[in-house]
Amino acid sequence: MGSGHGTELNLTLKVWRQKNTKASGSFETHQLTGISTDMSFLEMFDVLNEKLISEGKEAIAFDHDCREGICGMCSMYINGRPHGPKQGVTTCQLHMRSFKNGDTIVVEPWRSAAFPVIKDLAVDRGAFDRIIASGGYISVNTGNAKDANNILIPKPDADDAFAAAACIGCGACVAACKNGSAMLFVSAKVSQLALLPQGQVERKERVLKMVAAMDEEGFGNCTNTGACEAECPKGISLENIARMNRELTAASFK
Amino acid sequence: MSKGFLKSSIGKKVVMGLTGLFLISFLVVHCFINCLIFFNDGGLTFNIGADFMAHNWLIRAGEIVLFAGLILHIVQALILTLENKKARPVGYAKIDGAANSSWYSRSMGLLGTLLLMFLIIHLVHFWVKSRFTGLPGHDANGNENLYAVMQETFKMSWVVVLYALSMISLAYHLLHGFQSAFQTLGLNHKTYTPIIKKTGIAFAILVPFIFALMPILMFLGVIK
Amino acid sequence: MSKLDSKIPEGAIDQKWSKYRSTVHLVNPANKRSLEVLVVGSGLAGASAASSLAEMGYKVKVFCFQDSPRRAHSIAAQGGINAAKNYQNDGDSTYRLFYDTIKGGDYRAREANVHRLAEVSSNIIDQCVAQGVPLAREYGGLLSNRSFGGTQVQRTFYAAGQTGQQLLLGAYSALQRQVGMGAVELCARHEMLDVVTIDGITRGIIARNLITGEMEKHFGHAVLLCTGGYGNVFYLSTNAMGSNVTAAWKAHKKGAFFGNPCYTQIHPTCIPVSGDHQSKLTLMSESLRNDGRIWVPKKKDDNRKPTDIPEEERDYYLERRYPAFGNLVPRDVASRGAKERCDAGYGVGNSKMAVYLDFAFNTARYGRTEATKRNIQNPSHEEIMRLGKEVVKEKYGNLFDMYQQITGENPYEVPMRIYPAVHYTMGGLWVDYNLMTTVKGLYALGEANFSDHGANRLGASALMQGLADGYFVIPYTLGVYLSEEVSRMSAEKDKADSIDKLKTKHPAFDAALKEQTDLINKFLNIKGTKSVESFHKRLGLIMWNKCGMARNKQGLTEAIAEIQALRKEFWSDVRVLGSADEFNPDLEKAGRVADFIELGELMCKDALHREESCGGHFREEHQTEDGEAKRDDVNFAYVAAWEYKGVSEWELNKEELKYENIKIAQRSYK
Repeated sequence: MGSGHGTELNLTLKVWRQKNTKASGSFETHQLTGISTDMSFLEMFDVLNEKLISEGKEAIAFDHDCREGICGMCSMYINGRPHGPKQGVTTCQLHMRSFKNGDTIVVEPWRSAAFPVIKDLAVDRGAFDRIIASGGYISVNTGNAKDANNILIPKPDADDAFAAAACIGCGACVAACKNGSAMLFVSAKVSQLALLPQGQVERKERVLKMVAAMDEEGFGNCTNTGACEAECPKGISLENIARMNRELTAASFK
Repeated sequence: MSKGFLKSSIGKKVVMGLTGLFLISFLVVHCFINCLIFFNDGGLTFNIGADFMAHNWLIRAGEIVLFAGLILHIVQALILTLENKKARPVGYAKIDGAANSSWYSRSMGLLGTLLLMFLIIHLVHFWVKSRFTGLPGHDANGNENLYAVMQETFKMSWVVVLYALSMISLAYHLLHGFQSAFQTLGLNHKTYTPIIKKTGIAFAILVPFIFALMPILMFLGVIK
Repeated sequence: MSKLDSKIPEGAIDQKWSKYRSTVHLVNPANKRSLEVLVVGSGLAGASAASSLAEMGYKVKVFCFQDSPRRAHSIAAQGGINAAKNYQNDGDSTYRLFYDTIKGGDYRAREANVHRLAEVSSNIIDQCVAQGVPLAREYGGLLSNRSFGGTQVQRTFYAAGQTGQQLLLGAYSALQRQVGMGAVELCARHEMLDVVTIDGITRGIIARNLITGEMEKHFGHAVLLCTGGYGNVFYLSTNAMGSNVTAAWKAHKKGAFFGNPCYTQIHPTCIPVSGDHQSKLTLMSESLRNDGRIWVPKKKDDNRKPTDIPEEERDYYLERRYPAFGNLVPRDVASRGAKERCDAGYGVGNSKMAVYLDFAFNTARYGRTEATKRNIQNPSHEEIMRLGKEVVKEKYGNLFDMYQQITGENPYEVPMRIYPAVHYTMGGLWVDYNLMTTVKGLYALGEANFSDHGANRLGASALMQGLADGYFVIPYTLGVYLSEEVSRMSAEKDKADSIDKLKTKHPAFDAALKEQTDLINKFLNIKGTKSVESFHKRLGLIMWNKCGMARNKQGLTEAIAEIQALRKEFWSDVRVLGSADEFNPDLEKAGRVADFIELGELMCKDALHREESCGGHFREEHQTEDGEAKRDDVNFAYVAAWEYKGVSEWELNKEELKYENIKIAQRSYK
């Protein structure tokens, strides 16, 4: 940064290239020199892409948008970990000062049957939208609401619901899980709504529908390794998964 | 119960958790009976227990349930593993699993397979003899002498090594399995979960340790 | 007679909306099922509009360029959402929110729209809570409020520092519910490339499937553009990388007037640029100015560490110039102050384009208070600072962490370095009271329109406007037009070649499709030498330097010529690789940059014509002796609505702003 702490790195980058969903992909190796430690990981990719374009080669496709860690669009599997070596941050917030001169960095797309690769590092996470569409809501039409303060919510419940609602839907949980399970994502939404009084009416229906939708998408099964929680950039807790297990079991034996 | 429950990913996991806890409860009983050898009375006390277990009709019925539970645990694990493989058809080139989870939590299938192989050998050593091929006579109290089989079996150094190593597998399988079962059943609580986790660790170390101690001490002649 | 009819209903300001709403034509439920509405953009405005209209029974399609509607940039809003609930019993009211918004907008917004916004603000909070949005609560279970810049009441509702995220996820879940029910068709990773009009009336859009590259025709009886702002014309801004003006700009070229394009909000507290590689800027919440003191060294080019510069050699320039408001002057004033100091050579950091935001003074103050509270006698300086840091951490912990994450510096130990950055655009497509643009059947909602914030937006008002437009305005006002459509449809029922029978088979769709396909091929066939990104950077630099925080006639005139030259160069030398029939982010960006270049020229033209300073628009020629903005209400109390007439040609239309309820006054913060 402007303070003058930045130094420069020379790096070897091994990036997954894949023309489209149907094509088979492979790794491509690139040498990068003079990468400032002040750059974000995606800015390093910008530099690489500019270089590729100047050489007449197609740029590497990757998903990104807000670049401040909230939209959940960026999704790179870096050196064996979703969003790279730093805990609690998305790829866009990862900075090059987390790497050392001479490092080799392997970058792959999220790997999941439910997240087909669109091109290079970009994957299709439409499965998440479909899971939410199956029941991740409270059925209230616009204009039907009563005064907001008519619903009293104990602060601890509101705080827990908020902590679950902080999920950005990036899919790092699926990418990190050795089984490709989406339990953390689904349970965050189930928990948020199960904790709030507004969510009680549809509580049982919701968890049944959402888990069925999740299973239909082809995600794997949870074996409680905790990798999802450890890699979640928003610190979504495993407690949510336990809550969803409880909710589903209770709803199934109603 | 709704129709889909046992077919859902969570339902299958609940079956894993419940059978796992059931098998854990079996370990407690098994471990308790075996501890009777520590009386070091030439197996007299132990044989009382063993004889009772072999001839009580309730226990024999329970044995069938136990095998059913074990088979269910194994079959369900196989189904889940196959599904999980399908969920990631193209694997990663580089995985840094240690950064986010313990190796044993990721290796339950492998540990379970090792345990299954051990179990087959273990059953051949004791259970088959006890139930089918017959035990070598009776002890001074007139009880069937399973203890003599133990003494015979644990004279072989390779068996002792195999048992000791297998108990390490069991320890790691339990280290993850114990608390994982509670998580799967949704028994997660800010106050109680840390207690469950600590109990799980203690159990996972203590029970396999006691089991491993038996062949070793017999081999060394400490228990006669 | 002006081409602009704002269609403001008659009557007293506080009855206009309720009366209008109760008397406008309705569309009966059976007819709604045969009316198709296309919603472009899935942020707060788009998602709320789409879900509400689908609930009412319209057939809705939603388009977004991101992979999911949940990614829209509304998600990044930190602070909160205003509503005149008066839950705090501190004297808030609809009128006060209305007044604050008009004043904050420096008297350049339309009274009737702003009053309606204030009226529906309460309903928004009710709706969001009913959806399960976890807004902050007090221990008694009631909603919590905080105060925000530019107001004297506590009316801001929030969810930690992620209010935008939570509100968007609420609207997104309502939208997904309709998707699940089959009432909304979702077209994610689709980019709208053109509006299709037949006889001057909107009939649909052309969109590109960004995964396959396929060009698609979509028919709609109405099209709602909820496509956000155009701050990325500056290349560096706090907007998301994909935020763009293309949909609005294509609409503009099809006849929608562009209102007040030069009104840009520059946020004073952003993390400064660290080098040429910089791709975007990150905002640090305005709330930091409550406890941070802004300063630069008194000596030019002072390269000492900030902590080594003694107190008497520091210039707390905001406190010096504005003793009454100090570091809490409005956004535009604080931003210009930083620019002035840096331009004069007092900037700090490597780039010299930053000022310090220093928490040491207030950390010590908090530390002393804590020491007293805990009965610590004669605490050491270290002890005081340690206690103070605990307090600061509790208040701003997540912001400090974010700063450290990006800069690698610890703001608890050294002052933050900050610099203003483009944050929001008040300008946008001109709309009438119904939110309809000058093209029949084409609407603009949220940041994409010009309507509610005048020349400067107050904090926590953007979320309010997006949701107001989508949940509570368009569901009523769309019926005004669609009821006419119903009459037309029934009149043309037996016509063999009626638009309702032909739909996308109408030749106008084919022509528009061909035009856009040709444009895409044109990008690919230039085969020049310079990347799309490099053009965007150059455009941004021109805009930032000459149409940024401070503007003057010479700079703007130069900028127009430079942009025109840049446009020519772009169309002869841009290099776009890959093909049209695949996922090709570079190709997408080429289209967006081409439109930004044209927009940039119009912004400069608008800024040049507006010979006054107001809100986010500061003309150096129009300032008071001590450097404050000087408005010209006699000559410029109007909305500048620009009509596209061809390349580099626009005609200015004026909508006079009449203030019947609020007395215009000069802002002062001394």
